Amino acid sequence: MIRFAAIRLGEIAVVLAAMSFLIYGLIGLMPGDPVDLMVSADPRMTAADAARLKAAYGLDRPLPARYAAWAQSALAGDFGYSRLFAAPVGAALLPRLGNSLVLMGTSFALAFTLALGLGTAAARRPGSIVDAGVNLFSFAAVSMPTFWLALLLILLFAGGLGWLPAGGVAEVGGGGPADRAAHLVLPVATLTLASVGGYTRYVRAAMREALAQDHIRTARAKGAGEARVVLCHALRSALVPIVTVLALSFGGLVSGALVTETMFAYPGMGKLVFDAVMGNDYNLALAALLLATATTLFGNFAADLAYAWLDPRVTYR
Amino acid sequence: MTPRARWPLAWLILVAVASFAAPAVGGAFGLDPSAVDLADRLAPPTLAHPLGTDELGRDLLLRLLEGGRVSLTVGVAAALAAAAIGTAIGLGAGYRGGWTDRLLMRFADAVIALPLLPLLIVLAALDLNKLHVPAALAQSDEVSLVRIVALAVLVSWTTAARLVRGATLVTKNRDFVRAAVALGAAGPHILWRHILPNVAAPLVVATSLSVGDIILLESVLSFLGLGVQPPLASWGSMLSNAQELIAASPLLAVYPGAMIFLTVIACNLLGDALLRRHDRQR
Repeated sequence: MIRFAAIRLGEIAVVLAAMSFLIYGLIGLMPGDPVDLMVSADPRMTAADAARLKAAYGLDRPLPARYAAWAQSALAGDFGYSRLFAAPVGAALLPRLGNSLVLMGTSFALAFTLALGLGTAAARRPGSIVDAGVNLFSFAAVSMPTFWLALLLILLFAGGLGWLPAGGVAEVGGGGPADRAAHLVLPVATLTLASVGGYTRYVRAAMREALAQDHIRTARAKGAGEARVVLCHALRSALVPIVTVLALSFGGLVSGALVTETMFAYPGMGKLVFDAVMGNDYNLALAALLLATATTLFGNFAADLAYAWLDPRVTYR
Repeated sequence: MTPRARWPLAWLILVAVASFAAPAVGGAFGLDPSAVDLADRLAPPTLAHPLGTDELGRDLLLRLLEGGRVSLTVGVAAALAAAAIGTAIGLGAGYRGGWTDRLLMRFADAVIALPLLPLLIVLAALDLNKLHVPAALAQSDEVSLVRIVALAVLVSWTTAARLVRGATLVTKNRDFVRAAVALGAAGPHILWRHILPNVAAPLVVATSLSVGDIILLESVLSFLGLGVQPPLASWGSMLSNAQELIAASPLLAVYPGAMIFLTVIACNLLGDALLRRHDRQR
């Protein structure tokens, strides 16, 4: 087990290092150039000034040398300066990470509870009307374009009915807990609906498999009530695949809400990645993309560990 | 045909036939999807324009069918290409085994494990001039189409690869394959005649499901302004334009989204129906 964890952690480190180089190289291939941007913003700059600036930032050196310099300071905890936020990258990232955690955490808890109820109800009576209804609902949820759902919700609840704010985290100058909560309703609803379909299908499949096992028949034969059979016996064995999905979706925590956050102008990590890439903020985009990759990889690692922890039959060598 | 598959299939055929026949049929009646009529902007539905007109007075129904042609082409082309590449990789990995298998499958795992949407945004924003793509090619209308298909293939090949690899591992040890090997059949012959027919059914299911996923992916990227570029339009890019006029004309945003939703759910339901039939037959 320890050996397995050590090997996986080593793999994660290798993949992260490879990805950092790849992303570093790719970002340099995006349109625009920081120095060219400065030159175009200031008519007094000459070509010689631009060349001096490029040399000062080390942009005239070959790619491997630039990457090595970046990696050295990144390993020391210095990810550079964000042009977009006019602040060090860390200071720009952290508040947004918190915002994303609030948004993703809330909608994840909601989606998961809903999926547990729907999936279990469908699995208990395969082929029934309930099953067919849940099946159609989950297919509709996975087929829904997130940005369209967000647009419809904004049209209906912010535009037409005027009940809820259309975007942001709080009113300007306001910002009490009630105000913040009101701003969360629509993004949370969007994300919940966007993810509930997939979860429901997982729960249904896991519960159907669990309910077909011998120990369930034994429990029923011993006279256990239906609630006890479903909640104590079936759910316990269905939990293994379900927790795996849970850990896997933890990985999407950083960038999973990119579209939703962009639609609702919610200042989280997803919107930050998008803005940084679109705004040529190399340092910020690089750090944010690497953070997203790292959480995804660690989420997958956590899924493997949870699997072994919950199911004693699973051993890793 | 199972009753489950009937409605999704009917919808997909309707959209495909209407989209691809629209230029020819519309042209015969003198209808042009890009005909601008500024006097008749954002018009409500009339007999001449069944769904009304957009912000430049273009007929919305014709525009939707134009967008459908692009969205469906991207979805089907990328799904087929991903299935072909994934099949080749899966066959190679499953049949060769050993280091080839381990290397290819670790690679597939790594692709699956990455946060794809943010990385796709970077790839979609790459400057083709900096990649030294010839300017004539980089500036042609179709380049955005090719780019989006390539991106979709890049993220979608893993499904087919894993599926085919698994089926190959099972099939290659069955008696009829061993018999063929003993008779001296060559590797390509065995893969093509004995193993591939046995993985065809699940592959068809996976491809039908991935058409829906790719249409969704294309619409997201186009919506963010990184997918299909003008003069071409897909449902996603139409929605992106409509977003600016959302207060004046919300229906402009409702129609393309509804087309995406209905088409993707049809692909998914069709895939599900095929999967159930396949499971029953086994």
